[in-house]
Amino acid sequence: MLILDNIPALLVAIPLLASAVVSLIPSARIAWGIAFVTTLICLYMAFELVGIISSTQALSYAFGGWEPPWGIVFVLDSANVYLVLLVAFVSVIATLYAYTMLAREIAVEDLPKAYAVWLLAIASLFGLAMTGDAFNLFVFLEISALSSITLIALGAGQDRRALLAAYNYLIIGAIGATFYVIGVGYLYAATGSLNLIDITDRLNELGTNQAAITGLAFMLAGIMVKAGVFPVHIWLPAAYSYAPSAVSSLLAAVATKVAIYYFARLLFGIFIDITQLVDFFLLYILMPVSVLAIFYGTIAAIYQSDFKRLFALSSIAQIGYITFAFSLNSHSGILAGFIHIINHALIKGALFMAVGIFALGIGSRATMSSMQGVGRQMPITFAGFVLAGLALIGVPLTAGFISKLYLFKAIFETGNGFYVALIALSSVLSVLYLWKIFEVMWLKEPVQPQKIDKEPASAYLPVWLMVTVIMTFGVYSGDVISSGIGAANALIGAR
Amino acid sequence: MSVNLIVLYWNYIIVIMLMMAGLYIIISNQNFIKKLVGLSIFQSSVFIFYISLGKVSGGTAPILTGIEDTVYSNPLPHVLILTAIVVGVATNALGLALVVRIQEAFKSIEEHKLLALKKEDGLKDIQIEVSKEDSAV
Repeated sequence: MLILDNIPALLVAIPLLASAVVSLIPSARIAWGIAFVTTLICLYMAFELVGIISSTQALSYAFGGWEPPWGIVFVLDSANVYLVLLVAFVSVIATLYAYTMLAREIAVEDLPKAYAVWLLAIASLFGLAMTGDAFNLFVFLEISALSSITLIALGAGQDRRALLAAYNYLIIGAIGATFYVIGVGYLYAATGSLNLIDITDRLNELGTNQAAITGLAFMLAGIMVKAGVFPVHIWLPAAYSYAPSAVSSLLAAVATKVAIYYFARLLFGIFIDITQLVDFFLLYILMPVSVLAIFYGTIAAIYQSDFKRLFALSSIAQIGYITFAFSLNSHSGILAGFIHIINHALIKGALFMAVGIFALGIGSRATMSSMQGVGRQMPITFAGFVLAGLALIGVPLTAGFISKLYLFKAIFETGNGFYVALIALSSVLSVLYLWKIFEVMWLKEPVQPQKIDKEPASAYLPVWLMVTVIMTFGVYSGDVISSGIGAANALIGAR
Repeated sequence: MSVNLIVLYWNYIIVIMLMMAGLYIIISNQNFIKKLVGLSIFQSSVFIFYISLGKVSGGTAPILTGIEDTVYSNPLPHVLILTAIVVGVATNALGLALVVRIQEAFKSIEEHKLLALKKEDGLKDIQIEVSKEDSAV
């Protein structure tokens, strides 16, 4: 069947085309309708893809009939098909959430164009997750960066500092992307190929090659910027805290996760045979940096009073957990990393959505002092928020617990008790900032009871949809774990 | 020997010089437009790097002439850079648009002034919160 055969291309093409259509529509409601239907179609196609992959294991889609390694390919295997599903699912929920929230934070005449950029961002995330071509990835990386910068800058209507955050992201992101291109250039000079699978084969023939190693270093550095890995995360807190809340929830949930997936793919799928370099990088660079990220993010979050910035800082810590799991360089480590990619995307998406609703209710930024007692006035959202917060800590019966469980399992395998203690300590520390929020929002007396708007059902419904999934994955975790096992198998082979 | 290296690889040396100059401008300059200029120089250096990679000495443009044993330059890096140039133009356009908006919102595009203004905004947030607490008391 024509449509079924071309799903990988359509997943990118449909949002791209819809984005062009949406930008021409004057009515915000119709624009949203088209955007929502588009994301629903994408979700359906993602489910189809999961079905295809579970029966065929891997799928390679060559564009225009140009066979790899000459043409551009989209490669799907059990590692990225669940990522595609995750992006599709989160974008449906975030679009649903945007209906009320984006409309209240952005001028009405800008809304159709905002949805156009929104769809562009979603299309680029699908492309990033699926492409098997090193240079094509750069193009999607830039589409994703430019569209997210535009979306972040839309927060300027609420707070003019959004513009500075967007500009910083533009400069830092562009440097990162250019580093990535330099790396691809070196790799092309060394291997004469841009197809990632082909590059792996040719690197095996080449053996140790200085140009390839330099290229790998540049590519990793570039991707780390996009993924918000610790020392090069500086664009992230400001960008997520000043963006409109619908945008924060979409970007925080999936944009960095896709970059992290590609980071893992580079390390374990493409360059794993340059063992001495990959081992060195994982053990002496990524592992210490991840531990620093975990503690920096958590401790900075404890001292932060602005809610959105707090959760952006906590994102850095959570990304630290993911990269830490990868740095263990084992099957169970990658498994733990992928489980946490999925779980953290859902948890952080839900948290940012809830904070957006609180901020809208009081009509100003959500901070420790402005949020006093707001939890009592918005009980439905607050209940979802607390459950997502518990999942972030890793309380049993939530998805976060499964993440932590597998992370501990992976660390125990290495037999290093020191790291077990470090991760346990950081989990305890993360209780602190969430307790602080709970105390302010629930235990303190409301400051201004009369002024609170009612929480709109169309806003808390998406939060609860996310929370339902988080709780479901906490109890029936089989699907997430098997998808993680599939990813680990695809990346470093079944063990 | 070293002179020989310079003569042989002068294009790569220029790439490195441009790259460092661009990065230095981005890091050291206070003015947002100058930063974007630095970014352009940085990106251009990578374009030259790719074009140098694709050049085969003695090679001609990759057009089939029918003459046997013609040496062609590798067209692929050149085509890639065409794409990268488009991306660079888009980045610059968006960056300049943002600078216009920043100028409108803050009346300045100098980084140190903006940081001070940003801090002021932060202080304002805190003041608003404090006044809210006062009214509650």
